[in-house]
Amino acid sequence: MKYADEFRDKTIAQGLARAIGAEASPQRLYRFMEFCGGHTHAISRYALEDMLPVNVRMVHGPGCPVCVLPASRIDMGIKLADRPEVTLCVYGDLMRVPGAQGQSLLRAKTRGTDIRMIYSTLDAVRIAEQAKDREVVFFAIGFETTTPPTAVTLRLAEKKQLKNFSVFCNHVLTPSAILSILGGADIRNIGRVEIDGFVGPGHVSTIIGTEPYDFVAEEFGKPVVIAGFEPLDMLQAILMLVRQVNEGRYEVENQYSRAVTREGNSRAKKEVSDIFELRDQFEWRGLGLVPYSGLKLKLAYAQFDAEVRFAMHEVRVADNPGCECGAILRGVKKPVDCKLFGTICRPETPMGSCMVSAEGACAAHWTYGRFRDHH
Amino acid sequence: MTAMAYQSKLDIDNGCVDLSHGAGGRAMTQLIFGLFHEAFGNKWLARGNDQSAFDVRAGRMVMTTDGYVVSPLFFSGGNIGSLAVHGTINDVAMAGARPLYLSASFIIEEGLRFSDLKMIADSMGEAARTAGVYIITGDTKVVERGKADGLFISTTGIGILPDGLDLSADKASVGDRVLVSGSLGDHGVAIMSKRQNLAFETDIVSDSAALHHLVAEIVAVGGGGIRAMRDPTRGGFAATLNEIAHQSGLGFRLQEEAIPVKPGVAAACELLGLDPLYVANEGKLVAIVAPEMANAVLAAMKANPLGRDAADVGEAVADDHRFVLLSTRFGGSRIVDWLSGEQLPRIC
Repeated sequence: MKYADEFRDKTIAQGLARAIGAEASPQRLYRFMEFCGGHTHAISRYALEDMLPVNVRMVHGPGCPVCVLPASRIDMGIKLADRPEVTLCVYGDLMRVPGAQGQSLLRAKTRGTDIRMIYSTLDAVRIAEQAKDREVVFFAIGFETTTPPTAVTLRLAEKKQLKNFSVFCNHVLTPSAILSILGGADIRNIGRVEIDGFVGPGHVSTIIGTEPYDFVAEEFGKPVVIAGFEPLDMLQAILMLVRQVNEGRYEVENQYSRAVTREGNSRAKKEVSDIFELRDQFEWRGLGLVPYSGLKLKLAYAQFDAEVRFAMHEVRVADNPGCECGAILRGVKKPVDCKLFGTICRPETPMGSCMVSAEGACAAHWTYGRFRDHH
Repeated sequence: MTAMAYQSKLDIDNGCVDLSHGAGGRAMTQLIFGLFHEAFGNKWLARGNDQSAFDVRAGRMVMTTDGYVVSPLFFSGGNIGSLAVHGTINDVAMAGARPLYLSASFIIEEGLRFSDLKMIADSMGEAARTAGVYIITGDTKVVERGKADGLFISTTGIGILPDGLDLSADKASVGDRVLVSGSLGDHGVAIMSKRQNLAFETDIVSDSAALHHLVAEIVAVGGGGIRAMRDPTRGGFAATLNEIAHQSGLGFRLQEEAIPVKPGVAAACELLGLDPLYVANEGKLVAIVAPEMANAVLAAMKANPLGRDAADVGEAVADDHRFVLLSTRFGGSRIVDWLSGEQLPRIC
């Protein structure tokens, strides 16, 4: 498979692993957080941790858009779908995310609400065009990578003068979340987990560029290496982080230079800034209310804003008290530290969001790595 | 009864099924005789009874049943009809049995075009004839528009076991080899590429095929050394091995580099975020074989065109947790777990 196999080469991978082993000082620990769920998944799927020395540890971060969506937003979505005139279009991995009292979009669909699983935002527009008598709402989630497609969809809906289409916007911003993690009480005050560097998001950075991470390096003195999602990308990024730590540097470096530039995609950024604006705060599962971390539609697009159109209200919902997703998403705890993990919380019956998506830290450990807890 | 009894022939080119074709009246009989009997043509159906009688010999028989709801009805490499024949033949064959007879039950949504139904029935007839199996009884129901998605088919198969053969997953032992008869994930990818909301271009065709001849050939070589066979359909190879691990109380250790996956399937899965190990197959089998017989069975597989790309991909190991573990190409290990949730609805 061209453009993928090159980045899965066994010999090069083993060479990188040897270099990490040779250069990592046995006198110290290296704790690197991969922010992105895509990276978490790659690490587990390719069993990359088996290739790292024991003192180079990966801490799984909150970069899974499904995982960080709080129960309150799921409940809002379910309430919306309960309206008889509404057809709610969602991405498949959102279906099983737990809301309050064990509710989920999947359960709502089973009891007869009109919820459709789609693969592309354009599918939602097509459904709206075909069913003029329905109020078609797209449940938009995701980081900076998925915001431009939502923007394009809104432009298209505007051009087609669709009167029955709107977006329930849950788009969130990566830099604000990293700031929240570095500034979080668990990490700063209690100091239970220290992070020596970040593997920075790959896809997100294709849009926003590497520039927005400068503050992490400057303010917090942490190295950041933006990485791609293939095994060689990950290993090379880890090696680059080890070198920065060894040399006492804290810079933003770009391993994923085949896709990411310093400036990012200016056209996509403009589309997004034309249509969306910052919310004062947005709730993240695990991180709580994070200032300036979410987007909403600008007033000029209010007719397409489901929250305005259907006068939706947010009601904050407490997570399952036994669920450690919050601490896991911040890298403070590991999946096995949660007493629900593997007992009542499994991919078939997720209690917390980390178990829902394949990119969640708990689902990744359960699906690919739990044998290590036994062997 | 003959076609003379009806006022006009079925308008195959332009007509479609309506509720009267399931109502028990003249229209239904016309559909059965004019379309299904034409396609399946055999002496049992020709007698026109609600059931068929056939001779049995002393010995053990196997019976299996399966429902087919694949969407879309037509895909690259087959359609719901050929699938309904191959799939049930394969379920019989996985016991090591020789399939003999099938029944076929059709639940048709009104409005299905006769031309589509004829194409499907003709493929069933052809698949059965090629396999040397007869469709000897059937049923037809028609439901209102919106109550079924075009057509659902159920087939039941009966076959006969060679004397003394008793394959079962609980017979797997530590050290047994895991053989697959060819590349994984072809059927699932062929179906997905035709889904309306996913459509992408690929030259991958479904591997839908009847495996009983291949089975007969490997049983002739491997005999009791073959502990169990499964066709990895829904949930793919991963689900099949987890089932066998569960039944046998063993674990498995697989070698990623040995598992055959076509580049086109790998690429499509990459695009869709799927793992080929979980994608359905309709013309592949997994055999758990005693180590001393494994090479001979593998050679027998490779000698048959349907097993040309067969491979030895791993072994059974002692593991109280019954984990299916994969050694990655980089030398790490990961679990190949059960499929959770529904990866791809209505794949067969």
